[in-house]
Amino acid sequence: MIYFDNVSKVYPDGTSALDGVTFSVDQGEFISIVGHSGAGKTTLIKLLLGEEHPTSGSVSFDSVDIQKVRAKDMPTLRRRIGVIFQNFRLLPTKTAYENVAFAMEAAGKTDEEIASDVPHVLELVDLSKKMWNFPRQLSGGELQRVAIARAIVNHPDLIIADEPTGNLDPVNTYEIIQILKKINDIGTTVILTTHNKGVVEALGKRVITMDHGKVVRDDATGKYAL
Amino acid sequence: MLWVNTKRIIKAGFINFWRNGSVSLSAVFVMVVALFMIGSTFLLTAFLGTALKDLENKIDINIYIAVGTKESEIMDLKQRLEGLPEVETVLYVTREQALENFRELHKDDHRIIQALDEVGDNPLTAILNVKAEEPSQYEGISNFLQGKSALVSGASSIISKVNYNDNKIAIDRLSRLIEGVKKLGSIITALLIGISVLITFNTVRLAIFIARDEISVMRLVGGGNHYIRGPFLVEGVIYGLVAGLLTMILFYPVTYWLKNVTQGFYGGIDLLQYFVANFVDIFLITVLTGMVLGAVSSYLAVRKYLSVH
Repeated sequence: MIYFDNVSKVYPDGTSALDGVTFSVDQGEFISIVGHSGAGKTTLIKLLLGEEHPTSGSVSFDSVDIQKVRAKDMPTLRRRIGVIFQNFRLLPTKTAYENVAFAMEAAGKTDEEIASDVPHVLELVDLSKKMWNFPRQLSGGELQRVAIARAIVNHPDLIIADEPTGNLDPVNTYEIIQILKKINDIGTTVILTTHNKGVVEALGKRVITMDHGKVVRDDATGKYAL
Repeated sequence: MLWVNTKRIIKAGFINFWRNGSVSLSAVFVMVVALFMIGSTFLLTAFLGTALKDLENKIDINIYIAVGTKESEIMDLKQRLEGLPEVETVLYVTREQALENFRELHKDDHRIIQALDEVGDNPLTAILNVKAEEPSQYEGISNFLQGKSALVSGASSIISKVNYNDNKIAIDRLSRLIEGVKKLGSIITALLIGISVLITFNTVRLAIFIARDEISVMRLVGGGNHYIRGPFLVEGVIYGLVAGLLTMILFYPVTYWLKNVTQGFYGGIDLLQYFVANFVDIFLITVLTGMVLGAVSSYLAVRKYLSVH
């Protein structure tokens, strides 16, 4: 489904973020990417989202080279990928409901679909009671659950979670990981980047370990090896 | 789908305007200042234009007709003058009328009236009052009257005096002044409009700079460029609309106050009345300028954050 083919990325300031990275992810997999800060995890995700282009090599999603997707078609591609960030990145002037609804509006869903799906997905992440709260009125764990609701509402093929538990306490971290597992159980591919050793070991799924822009380990039921 | 999107974009624009209260308020206030500057220059230009027109209308040539000239000869000259392309109007003042006007003008000066009564006979001559289309054309009309044109041959005998040469210096100066003021007025107008546009553009850009993270989030969630830009354009239009309305409200007391001031030094024009009479025009210019300014500024400002990669 996803294929990184000998990808290197050098930023204009000369920093080498990725160096000859090759790996593939199959449909329905749950993989964790671990590594120190600066190991290239975030760059990997930016390449996958088309926010950055590789200096050499290619990144493909469902056999489509992301670098070759025209700017006009980029939004369509992004609607197939749900993204969850460490700092949540919700729209501050929109309520939880509107944040989720925005993703559906952007995907061109009808008002009826939005009215039925948004409450449902917020119920899945246990936020029915705070549907009309603004982000500033929600806790960190709640914000991340809104972000997850937004990421899954369009039934994406892939969920990318970029250190989603980085700002959360252990209880909320556990909850978020459980939600991600549930999403994976229904067949959605999940890519998780994390620093959290406990999370990786509890998952018992495939782990890719990165260091200085290179893949140093790729274990089928890996452990946190740094 | 297009209609649904348009509806959503307009709704989102209104919601954003309302929820970003303080940002919207400051943007609107800056736009009020800008629109007020633009509106003032328009009013000022109109004021100057009317004042100059009044002055231009005061320039004329009086042709004094020799006493004893037959009415038909005068009418003949009048017709020939009216045939000139430069001439706008020719007004015939009979001797009796001239006397009446003279008495009216000097009614408070009983010595002059007394002197007039002592003369007994009417000492005034008939007058043809000529007005040109443009102040610069008086010279030509004057030359025509001095018999340099074949058209007027034979008529020169009935003209006792033309007062053009007395007024020549004043007329020349006034023509030059009017030209100068018109040029200066358009330069100032252009300059002020330019400054206002820059101020507005920067303010809206600042308002959107605050929302730049939101724009990147919208892109990541899969929002198309039109769908992201739309609400910002609507917000810009609302800034302009609200600012335009506030400016119009502000103009009323200002012109009311100026009415007294301007009439003090120049009696010709009443700014308040001008404002009220041309309300629809001024309203449309101000509000439309505001809306277009807001929309264009938003468009340019958002473009910067949409054009990444």
